Amino acid sequence: MAESSISDQRSLGGLTAQQIKQLERASRWKNWGRSWYKFSRNPLSVVGLVTVVVLILLAIFAPVVTPYPRHAGAFTDFAHAELPPNAHYIFGTDQIGRDILTRIIFGLRSSLLMGVLVLVIVVPPGVLLGLVSGYYQGTWIDTIIMRITDIFLAVPPLILALAVASVLAPNLWNGMLAVSLMWWPWYTRLVYGLASQLRNEYFVAAAEVNGASTWHILFREILPNTISPILTKMSLDVAWVIIIGSMLSFVGLGVQPPEPSLGTMVADGARYLPDQWWIATFPALAIVIVVLGFNLLGDGVRDMFASEGV
Amino acid sequence: MAVPLLLEIKNLQVHFAVYGGRLKVLDGINLAVYSGEKVGLVGETGCGKTTTMKAILQVLPMPPAKIPGGEIFFKGRDILKMSDNELHQVRGRGISMIFQDPTAALNPVFSVGQQLEAVIGFAAIKGHQKSQQEIHQQAVASLLEVSLPDPERLLRSYPIQLSGGMRQRVCIGMALATNPELLIADEPGTSLDVTIQDQVLRLLRKLVEDKDTSIILITHTLGIVRELTDRVYVMYAGNVVEVATTQRLFAQPLHPYTQGLIQTVPRLTGGGIASGIPGRIPDYLNPPSGCRFHPRCPQAMDICRIQKPPAYRVEAGHEVACFLYSNHERDAKAQ
Amino acid sequence: MTTEILTATDLKKYFVIGHSGWPKRKPIAVKAIDGISFTMFEGETLGLVGESGSGKSTVAYTTVGMYRPTAGSLRFRGQELFGHKDKRPQHLRKEIQIVFQDPGSSLNPRSSIKQILEMPLRVHQPGKNRIERVVHLLEIVGMSLEYMYKYPHMLSGGEKQIVGIARALASDPSLVILDEPTSALDVSVQAKTINLLLQLQKDFHLSYLFITHDLSLMRNVASRVAIMYLGKICEVAETADFFRNPLHPYTQMLLSSIPVISEAEEEFKPKKVISTGEIPSPVNIPTGCSFNTRCPFVMEVCSHIDPVMAEAGRGHTVRCHLFSQPAPGSVSQTGSISVPTNLT
Repeated sequence: MAESSISDQRSLGGLTAQQIKQLERASRWKNWGRSWYKFSRNPLSVVGLVTVVVLILLAIFAPVVTPYPRHAGAFTDFAHAELPPNAHYIFGTDQIGRDILTRIIFGLRSSLLMGVLVLVIVVPPGVLLGLVSGYYQGTWIDTIIMRITDIFLAVPPLILALAVASVLAPNLWNGMLAVSLMWWPWYTRLVYGLASQLRNEYFVAAAEVNGASTWHILFREILPNTISPILTKMSLDVAWVIIIGSMLSFVGLGVQPPEPSLGTMVADGARYLPDQWWIATFPALAIVIVVLGFNLLGDGVRDMFASEGV
Repeated sequence: MAVPLLLEIKNLQVHFAVYGGRLKVLDGINLAVYSGEKVGLVGETGCGKTTTMKAILQVLPMPPAKIPGGEIFFKGRDILKMSDNELHQVRGRGISMIFQDPTAALNPVFSVGQQLEAVIGFAAIKGHQKSQQEIHQQAVASLLEVSLPDPERLLRSYPIQLSGGMRQRVCIGMALATNPELLIADEPGTSLDVTIQDQVLRLLRKLVEDKDTSIILITHTLGIVRELTDRVYVMYAGNVVEVATTQRLFAQPLHPYTQGLIQTVPRLTGGGIASGIPGRIPDYLNPPSGCRFHPRCPQAMDICRIQKPPAYRVEAGHEVACFLYSNHERDAKAQ
Repeated sequence: MTTEILTATDLKKYFVIGHSGWPKRKPIAVKAIDGISFTMFEGETLGLVGESGSGKSTVAYTTVGMYRPTAGSLRFRGQELFGHKDKRPQHLRKEIQIVFQDPGSSLNPRSSIKQILEMPLRVHQPGKNRIERVVHLLEIVGMSLEYMYKYPHMLSGGEKQIVGIARALASDPSLVILDEPTSALDVSVQAKTINLLLQLQKDFHLSYLFITHDLSLMRNVASRVAIMYLGKICEVAETADFFRNPLHPYTQMLLSSIPVISEAEEEFKPKKVISTGEIPSPVNIPTGCSFNTRCPFVMEVCSHIDPVMAEAGRGHTVRCHLFSQPAPGSVSQTGSISVPTNLT
């Protein structure tokens, strides 16, 4: 191979494998730094991130951080029932005498679990179907997948969830299943739109021209360019799933007593408004904070993936 | 009788806040446009010419962008100190702009007529609102001026139905419909085919000459500058490095960058491909000390690393920011 | 060396964009390439010039396998490229590569430079030590190894285009199609990139199909030039001959519209053929010679009969009634016969 005399870039051929690894590590650090910079431009995004982290930690360490962990199970104490917020019970007690603060934190567990697990179940198949139908847009594959998607989208979501949940035994897991069934088509739709556009890009053509496998094109060329909208949607979806889950338990088709659930707490406590306002209000506020936290985090994630360019 | 000075940029600096610090893009630009003049602004991608134009029209995104210093005088008043109201008077009526990509500059969901008439309507002087009839007439007249046939039908058409050349003409028509005193044309022919570009540029020259409009033509294509302008500014890395009449610039380029640039243009008469200018444009985060061109300059001297060269007047109208000409007098206006 | 590397025979590519009429359902087609024939030789740079709608990009994409032709044949070293019903076989894919025009969209913004260069290696040389080969490619194009883990948005336009070139070289091809490789670049970067391409051509015995609209560049890079208009080739000649003695009126129009920067070039340009009218849409190609709506030398026969390619000198062919007799028996309406004239 003749020496290339044209370039005026110093060619550093001759780096050891060790040095190349260092190069990789250094650039990865830099990329994370840049991502954080973009994320943190908006202070509210950081607030969202902190909120979500705190909530997750509270949920994980619930037995340790709550003042009355036993109140999360079968427990009654009518002597201390319906007490307003005071020094011993910061958010007051409910109609059976259980500490509301403790139950809220335990209730977070099922809410967050539902949010995360539903997405874990729903996103991979939804995205996969969207990728395939988008890449093969115009063919029978596209038609079949998108018509099935359309059918699921045509049914009003809450009704579908209620129908499924009422057929199955009412508990957290079946509630999640019901919500999953109504949630996946949105990801397919999103990714379908993105993939059908991306397949016309020149870098995809470059891969096709070289005879790259369809697997490579779908997962190495197209998918990485859809991550940003998918992640943004996911962080906003966690909030929505939690609300839907709360709606299900509000109606009695989700988490069953005595297990605490934010939705059930609001439902039960609604009866006691406006006199014993704290029984319903604090759980409702908790739902608001969770939803807000994830929304702000979602905004930050979107900014993080925003394209560079001055 | 002195020709009035229409636009004067004095020592303009523009910085952008980014990850890692500040991009010091414009480093003290000096530029002047007289009434009725055709001025070219030549430079390569990233030299700051578009940033300069955006600064004139005050359309820079202000959170990342900052203007730490400098003044832009339009007809004697500093644009940087104008209120929104005053800016509104200037934009469109005093200064108009044509963009590089006519497809992106026209809104695809509105007809040509709707967009053209909107521009004419906005530019009406307060108190002299024009009737719909008058606006329509003016729109038709604008299209005829840019040699577009069948204006009535064209006004009803949508941009997507027109060819690239026709879209660019519509943009020119829109820009000139309000009779601005200064027209800024940012790479007006670049996205067009060569034969169409030739037509459009000849049209542009004829129109600005007929209406006595001044024009700043921004481009990186030297051939266009030579055919269309009277005077040329050459920019590199946020500085004006040379200014001269077009004829003189091509006959006797003085700055090493200008010389390098002219040398690398392939010739129709043959002669092979030049070797180009070594190096790459500087990182605006940490620009080179002294003269920003010194790392790439074949004639760099010690002083070039230390001090930024002022503009030296080698001849009336021909100034160079280069220490090679330090035996000439400094230009009093700059720095 | 005059062995043929690429031969096109009456190649056609039509795109059906809709149907008209009812119930006949006549297809409306964009005739992107409408019967072109050309030959490329090993080691040469064939320049292909044209404006919008000329079909030059379609020629590029068809050659590299992105489109299947509607009719006609395209042979690579004697082997028909589109003989197989299915996809092109791997051994042919590696031989013909392409560098795309827009550096911005030809690189995956979410892939690092290393991943971009690995892709063809992964396909054509599975299993081998790819890092070594990536490093080797970067060395060949003179790019510092620091760039391996960078992303496209961190690179300048010129650097991105160099990555595109490196990617094309990864499969060790014989024929590289360069689709306006420097049109999006500044003139000083263009010089460096072109010089790199010329050096690589020498080092690796490459043949280039060089597509551009920049005739000044073409003058200094190509060994032969072909000019296209609305899907057909108008004129082919060796470079020096093409520029000194342009025959086709469209060639003259194009050459006289170029903005040049020196007096010498101004005088060299053919006498001014003012460009008039818009380029017709490829959906509505004029009958007869497709250039007749804009040709300053148009004659009666031009709107009825499409001229054929004819020899007009050594290695110089042109498709124009000014230089060829219509076939006997196909006399035009007025009964007149065109007489070839030399217009330079």
